[in-house]
Amino acid sequence: MADSKKTPIRVMMAKIGLDGHDRGVKVVARALRDAGMDVIYTGLHRTPEEVALAAVQEDVDVLGISLLSGAHMTIFPKVLRVLKEQDAKGIILLGGGVMPDEDVTELKAMGVQGVLLQDTPPNAIIETIETLVAERGAR
Amino acid sequence: MSERTRRNGELESLEKDLREWEGAEVAAFVQRQPERKDDFTTIGGFPLKRVYTALDVADTPLEEVGLPGRYPFTRGPYPTMYRGRHWTMRQIAGFGIAEDTNQRFRYLIEQGQTGISTDFDMPTLMGYDSDHPMSEGEVGREGVAVDTLADMEALYDGIDLEKISVSMTINPSAWIMLAMYIAMAKKRGFDLNKLSGTIQADILKEYMAQKEWIYPIEPSVRICRDCITYCAENMKRYNPINISGYHINEAGSSSLQEVAFTMASTITYLDEVTKTGLDIDAFAPRLSFFFVCGSDFFEEIAKFRAVRRVYAKIIKERYGAKDPASMRLRFHCQTAAATLTKPQYKINIVRTGLQALSAVLGGAQSLHTNGMDEAFAIPTEEAMQIALRTQQIIAEETRVADVIDPLGGSYYVESLTNEYEKKIFEILDEVDEKGGTIKLINEGWFQRHISDFAYETALRKQSGEDPVIGVNMYVDPDDDPDIEIHPYDPETATKQLARLNRVRAERDDAKLQSLIERFKAEAKDDSVNLIPVTIEMVEAGASMGDIVEAGREVWGTYQESPVF
Repeated sequence: MADSKKTPIRVMMAKIGLDGHDRGVKVVARALRDAGMDVIYTGLHRTPEEVALAAVQEDVDVLGISLLSGAHMTIFPKVLRVLKEQDAKGIILLGGGVMPDEDVTELKAMGVQGVLLQDTPPNAIIETIETLVAERGAR
Repeated sequence: MSERTRRNGELESLEKDLREWEGAEVAAFVQRQPERKDDFTTIGGFPLKRVYTALDVADTPLEEVGLPGRYPFTRGPYPTMYRGRHWTMRQIAGFGIAEDTNQRFRYLIEQGQTGISTDFDMPTLMGYDSDHPMSEGEVGREGVAVDTLADMEALYDGIDLEKISVSMTINPSAWIMLAMYIAMAKKRGFDLNKLSGTIQADILKEYMAQKEWIYPIEPSVRICRDCITYCAENMKRYNPINISGYHINEAGSSSLQEVAFTMASTITYLDEVTKTGLDIDAFAPRLSFFFVCGSDFFEEIAKFRAVRRVYAKIIKERYGAKDPASMRLRFHCQTAAATLTKPQYKINIVRTGLQALSAVLGGAQSLHTNGMDEAFAIPTEEAMQIALRTQQIIAEETRVADVIDPLGGSYYVESLTNEYEKKIFEILDEVDEKGGTIKLINEGWFQRHISDFAYETALRKQSGEDPVIGVNMYVDPDDDPDIEIHPYDPETATKQLARLNRVRAERDDAKLQSLIERFKAEAKDDSVNLIPVTIEMVEAGASMGDIVEAGREVWGTYQESPVF
């Protein structure tokens, strides 16, 4: 469990592109907030560039992108490119939604650190984030 | 002894029996083996009794249950229901370019499907041309791409539109799609008054749930109004709106919220249209609805029966309709996509079958059954064939369609139907008291209720309180799906842009420009119906994006303040 004296983990939850499915992203945002994290939700229809730059400006620990549109193989490379340009190595990039398994393998190879698909229980998502942030260490 | 006294005597004696039974048989059994849970509820949270008896419906006047095809339509909108003909088996399809989807339509018709339903890709749904930067990666992916009339022509090529009804699932840009459909039908020589089908065009639930929007709420509702009044005049058999709870439920609401919020939207549309002076009986018979059939079998059946009764009462009492055809709620139904699981995906066939059965026992007019593979991607041909066969088995083999409303008179179903009706009216009263649907959308009221229930559902699934086989129960650790999913053709965007560019090169730009100017002027005047000018624009080669952009210049865009 998070120590109350520790700085809370900062998370940005994002929706990119035309995809309007926001049930999952809002459930996750709320679960993370209830777990004591600082959560920013971008709202819908953002561009990859907007989101990546906002994540850098907000100095988040984790950027979680939810996609149910099938456009993940177009969107994630763009986000990764901007994060790299900004030298934002400390930001942990996660994906969620509906994606075929072979794409998940490819996304992980690209640098997406975790992909949490539909039906992942909120507690498992909280745990994954806490573990990844602990493994990364303080910045 | 009068009939009434005899009846009261029977009920009193039943009440006594029930008390005795609880104290004797039930108590003895529970002592030996406690029941599975202390409290049983529907998925939507309605508390459930151990058993329902005549006492639970003793106060229900028989005319509230009534007869099929007669007010208040609890038992069904038509007097013969499926004895006349089965519900329309309407599997949705849409992917790639128009030719790809046309081929799937032909396959489904060959397999015995009796209606067409069209899914568009995200750019089309949101009113972007296929070459807009926002469209990248999404062209033809989750639905079919339509930019211009040329795509529309290819989409329904060779299909007799006077013989089969066509549903188009599209909202903020629906009026343009309707204009394209009309332009295409005219070109092929069809009689507009013989075309049957539906355009979804229900914008209010977009702000609440599905989140596909372009313009602010007021001009968007005006566009819906224009679709309704245009069709009332020109397309006698066409449903100009499909007021939908499906997406509200899929976005996380309860089934009660689904139907109550849908009725709240309905009231707003009715107010807008009657404000133009059009008589309620001139358009209400062509309003159509769309609900989900979810997991809780009896709750869903009660929901369908209750919403039919609520709607009939609203139309008659609140709007003073005279024609019974105005009061009958007709709905399309789709099994619940959100209940499909990736683990052990083949069991989705069983889920879908049971959900479809609840739609049929609830009296649906049209049904889509989901494919077993939809937790992975859009469905393959095989998945759609099995889904269609599921409906055909229910229709042909089980004989459940031979008697109308076979659960009518069930103490449980009637009692839950009553509870549902009561709660729907309570929610509608609250919406009225708080200032109406549009005000509450702006305040995020519906959105908050939906995300609250979605969050509670996620927690209940996590704890196992809401069982999901294969996910939180009976998990198969060796489950490794060897599944072939629907492939995405990487050439889709290239092919789509070739046709869009050809249309752009061939059209008369000066003529189109003057039509766009006329459209902008008419958009500023709320009293004008925008469908005629839109038909002219699409005939002149306007793309979806051309028209949507012109509208943006007049109306601006909608910005959501998200709540979670």
